[in-house]
Amino acid sequence: MTSLLKIADVRRAFGDVAALDGVSLDIREGEFFALLGPSGCGKTTLLRILAGFETPDSGTVTLGGDDLTTVAAHRRPVNLMFQSYALFPHLSIEKNVAYGLEREKLPKAEIRERVAEVLDRVGLSGAAKRRPHQLSGGQRQRVALARAIVKRPKLLLLDEPLSALDRKVRAEMQLWLKQLQHEVGITFVVVTHDQEEAMSMADRIAVLNHGRVEQVGTPVALYGAPRTHFVADFIGGNNFFPGTAVEGGLECPGIGPLPGAGEVAAGESAVLAVRPEQIRIGGGGTPVLRGTVLDVSFYGGTSRIAVRVTGMATPLLVRQQGAAQVVPETEVDLVWETADGVLVPPPVTTGTGASDAA
Amino acid sequence: MIKRIPFWFSYVFLYVPILVVVVMSFNAGDSPYSWSGFGLGWYGELLGDEEVRTGLVNTLIVATGSTALATVLGTLLAVGLARHTRSKVLDAIATLPVILPDIVMAIGLLAFYTLIQLTLGLYSVLLAHAVFGTAAVAAVVRTRLASSDPSLEEASRDLGANGLTTFLRITLPTLAPGIVAGALLAFTLSVDEFVIAFFTAGPQSPTLPIVIYSMVRFGVTPEINALATVLLAVTFTAILAVQRLTKLTERR
Repeated sequence: MTSLLKIADVRRAFGDVAALDGVSLDIREGEFFALLGPSGCGKTTLLRILAGFETPDSGTVTLGGDDLTTVAAHRRPVNLMFQSYALFPHLSIEKNVAYGLEREKLPKAEIRERVAEVLDRVGLSGAAKRRPHQLSGGQRQRVALARAIVKRPKLLLLDEPLSALDRKVRAEMQLWLKQLQHEVGITFVVVTHDQEEAMSMADRIAVLNHGRVEQVGTPVALYGAPRTHFVADFIGGNNFFPGTAVEGGLECPGIGPLPGAGEVAAGESAVLAVRPEQIRIGGGGTPVLRGTVLDVSFYGGTSRIAVRVTGMATPLLVRQQGAAQVVPETEVDLVWETADGVLVPPPVTTGTGASDAA
Repeated sequence: MIKRIPFWFSYVFLYVPILVVVVMSFNAGDSPYSWSGFGLGWYGELLGDEEVRTGLVNTLIVATGSTALATVLGTLLAVGLARHTRSKVLDAIATLPVILPDIVMAIGLLAFYTLIQLTLGLYSVLLAHAVFGTAAVAAVVRTRLASSDPSLEEASRDLGANGLTTFLRITLPTLAPGIVAGALLAFTLSVDEFVIAFFTAGPQSPTLPIVIYSMVRFGVTPEINALATVLLAVTFTAILAVQRLTKLTERR
């Protein structure tokens, strides 16, 4: 796949706060790309720079080789689907969708044809004459999407596309968005703070934090091989052990040597991240740790077991398929493979602990 | 029933004076105080009164002109306030002239006209009324703006519309109910405004409230009542129209 959008060393500050602190990204043609990060990480600023509502202080943005930053928002071959959808309340659905084509001064017959075609694609042909306030949240979202893709942009930006929908509709739209992207072949860049949303839809994800790109990769790569503490913590649940990197793992003070692998040189301080589902309770192999079961919660498909380990400030979390075979207050052996422990450089503020965001 | 007495008492208190004016306008006799049978005579008198007719025409010119001016300026002011300022103080001061004591505005305007050596006439009243009218329109449009989605304009630009097209096709239509309501308010305020008009009108161009004032000085006749009733009807219609529009706005 060829590169479509090139973002090189883009910086943007608001007063003393650097919203974007040297961001470089390469987004490929036809890709479903996600910008993922917590609120205030700069993802919305980057989106607004791509749409043309903000200008970077420095850095370049090119689309298909052409400089984008000097082009006014209304002349860019880029469209944005707003978080609020921003449907025009005084216009019918049909007129909302036709608005962008009318600005291109296309012949009336062509506009009619393209509007009908796109409304059919999003399944809203019957609602053409209605006003936005007469539609449900999911329908409004589809109108907003239709209004953006009818322009046939080179790049479609989506700002938190599913955040305004309730849980059930969200799962449905997630699948639908992915299929639609596949069908129309437009490059999608979606901004979200929801890691599950990004993981389930995107081909590749850029994780942003404090205006910097932490890591870019496929959902599987980000989950299985996080390169920074932030990525390991933000995507999925993880158990963290601080210490010093050694050959074949980590020396954790007060706990001992733990198996793991990663891109941290031996002798440097590091954090070992182990996914809850990679830890086995008993069942052969050399035990890595021993602990006492504190609590067992059953979630239907999976169980979560909290284990107290001497030397750790917070309980270790273990996830198992189905119902757990252990009961609280029993002593258990904990095992994981060397490849399943991921060594990452320590965060700015270190601490022993576990998190379970998923 | 007993529980409702305070409510009805207050309501009657509010409307008895107005009711008296309206009833006495249909008096057949000469006195505005004692009833001597139903008649439409005073309305006929009103129609034939040269001074009243001049006053009415002057008032309509002033109200229409000042409303037109106030609607344009007030809308621009409201949009500008929303777009270019974050200052709450600037926001509050912009709409202050509506509630400022009339006498303060009147003296201020008179002093200003004297300073720039403007000869008073009908246009001086028109401009004066446009001042508080602008504030009134801005206040109403500002409320409407506050409840509309700021990303609408960005969406329009994103879809390929330039600044002017966006203003004409998106900003104005979404603000339209607010603009019309503001204009009606400015019109109503202008029609019955006395203090400012009294200070800023030229001697040859009295507005209707000034005409009434000079008529009353020589004694009240039921003709005044008839005139007051006509004004009342105009104002009521405007207020009801504003309310209808506000409701339409809320439904969106």
